[in-house]
Amino acid sequence: MPVAIKLSLCFIGVFVVFALVGPMLSPFEFRDTSLFHRLKPPLTAGAEGNYLLGTDAKGRDLLVRLAVGARITLIVAVVGTLIGAVLGSLLGILAAARRGSAEAVIVAAIDVQASLPIIIVALFVLAMFDNSFALFLLLIGLTGWEVYARLMRGATLSAKEHGYVIAIRALGAPPWRIYLKHILPNIVNVALVQFTVNLPLTVLLETALSFLGLGVQPPLTSLGQIMSEGRDRLLTSWWLTLFPGATIFLLALSVSLVGDWLRDRLDPTLRTES
Amino acid sequence: MTSFILMKLFRAAVTLAVTVTLVFMFIRFSGDPAAALAPPDAPQEVIDQYARAMGLDKPLWQQYAAYVSGIFQGDFGYSIHTGRAASDLFLERLPYTLRLGGAALLIAILAGVPLGAIAALNRKTILDRSVMAFSVFAFAMPNFLFGLIVILVGALVFNTYLGGASGAGSALGVLPPALTLGLAAMGSFARFARSSLLETINMPFMRAAEARGVPFMRRLARHAAPNAAIPLVTLIGLSLGSLIAGSVVTEQVFAWPGVGQLLVRSVATRDIATVQFIVLAVAFTMVFANLAVDLLYLLIDPRIRAK
Repeated sequence: MPVAIKLSLCFIGVFVVFALVGPMLSPFEFRDTSLFHRLKPPLTAGAEGNYLLGTDAKGRDLLVRLAVGARITLIVAVVGTLIGAVLGSLLGILAAARRGSAEAVIVAAIDVQASLPIIIVALFVLAMFDNSFALFLLLIGLTGWEVYARLMRGATLSAKEHGYVIAIRALGAPPWRIYLKHILPNIVNVALVQFTVNLPLTVLLETALSFLGLGVQPPLTSLGQIMSEGRDRLLTSWWLTLFPGATIFLLALSVSLVGDWLRDRLDPTLRTES
Repeated sequence: MTSFILMKLFRAAVTLAVTVTLVFMFIRFSGDPAAALAPPDAPQEVIDQYARAMGLDKPLWQQYAAYVSGIFQGDFGYSIHTGRAASDLFLERLPYTLRLGGAALLIAILAGVPLGAIAALNRKTILDRSVMAFSVFAFAMPNFLFGLIVILVGALVFNTYLGGASGAGSALGVLPPALTLGLAAMGSFARFARSSLLETINMPFMRAAEARGVPFMRRLARHAAPNAAIPLVTLIGLSLGSLIAGSVVTEQVFAWPGVGQLLVRSVATRDIATVQFIVLAVAFTMVFANLAVDLLYLLIDPRIRAK
């Protein structure tokens, strides 16, 4: 295992643990404001506890906000990626299984999605509906579903021609059994590889939308939202941008490094000569 | 070949028709536009009057027909905040976004492709590793973070503000946001050019050229590059989507007065007509760009023409 992968796995581990237990590291609640402790730099001692990473413009402890933000970012990334993977894969398999008009509809939907970047779709929907956490999660979940659908449709179509499928069909297995119990396990690697490619993309989309103020809404917070609060104070309160920004970057970096590495392991046909 | 072109045209037309219909349905079913326009305590008659004026009392298919014919006549509705045509708002922003996106694409190609070629020609050396590391870095770097770093460097090192109207006004002002926007594409171009060139230089015809004594640079320029460049055309087409997506964020960070900034502002103020126009414009651009890439393929790759 290369050193870079080990380091990445370490960072992902630390990030997950931080997201889970981080709030306990700070004596404050993530919504606690303190007018006496506004924009304090890291390592400031307060009356009720120490601000290890400093405070924001409302005197809220940055450490606990980072931990809560990391948790939200983690939930949105994992759940969102899962939604896209399951939805896209099922639609892809369905298209290949049913052919005919169902396939035509799904392929048209893939074309439509491919012609609209997901951030544009998300902004369009957010312009019309009230932003709620569930809606936001669903929109993030749409990231890349069309890629899964396209890949899984192709994989199913080629798997259908294999001898084992013909044999099972001849034995009288119902279609759902053929597709979900026999074909799916054989092609699930394709979706797994895509999952690792998609995960950093969901992290970046969530943080970008939250940064624009159109993602996770207060009182909840996310890494992107904390960054956007700090961006007007870039020169005076650098810690507000540095800590969440570095966390997002390192998270996306580690996840994509591990993803690349896993892809090479899971799919020998994709193995690049390097 | 004709059937290939016809098929592509048909799929593009279907995609656009479905997109237009979906946009219409989303807007129509997301809420009562008349009630949204009227003051919150307006009596029902006023809301009904608004609805009649907007044609909302007609059957749905007539509304749809009016909507579609409006699109063909260039009538995309009016911004509820400024009262101006959504298309006008869009068009006055468009030059800025084209300038930003064009510069970003240019930077990405001019820097990314040579980087990839250098990596491929120096395989398994420190150069190769550095280029690959850069490509991962470029992919993982959120553009809002990189943009803030660029602005910070500009402020601390050069004592200037790199964003906003000052940047959009001068010719060189496009460089900082374009670098930010093009960074991710640069990384993927480098990575792609590398693997594409690696694949090509191991082809039998390359060895044949070497055996015939064709000099190295000529082999690279005349034999390898044209073949390795073919998949890059697709990649450039594909990168359009991420450039459009990235421009939304980049324009926000640099206060760049382009379409992306208009979109974010319109979403925040729920200016549906403007948002709708931008969404349709993006869809049309993407569909036509993909069509252009497909047709370009026909031109540059004789193997597809033969099929």
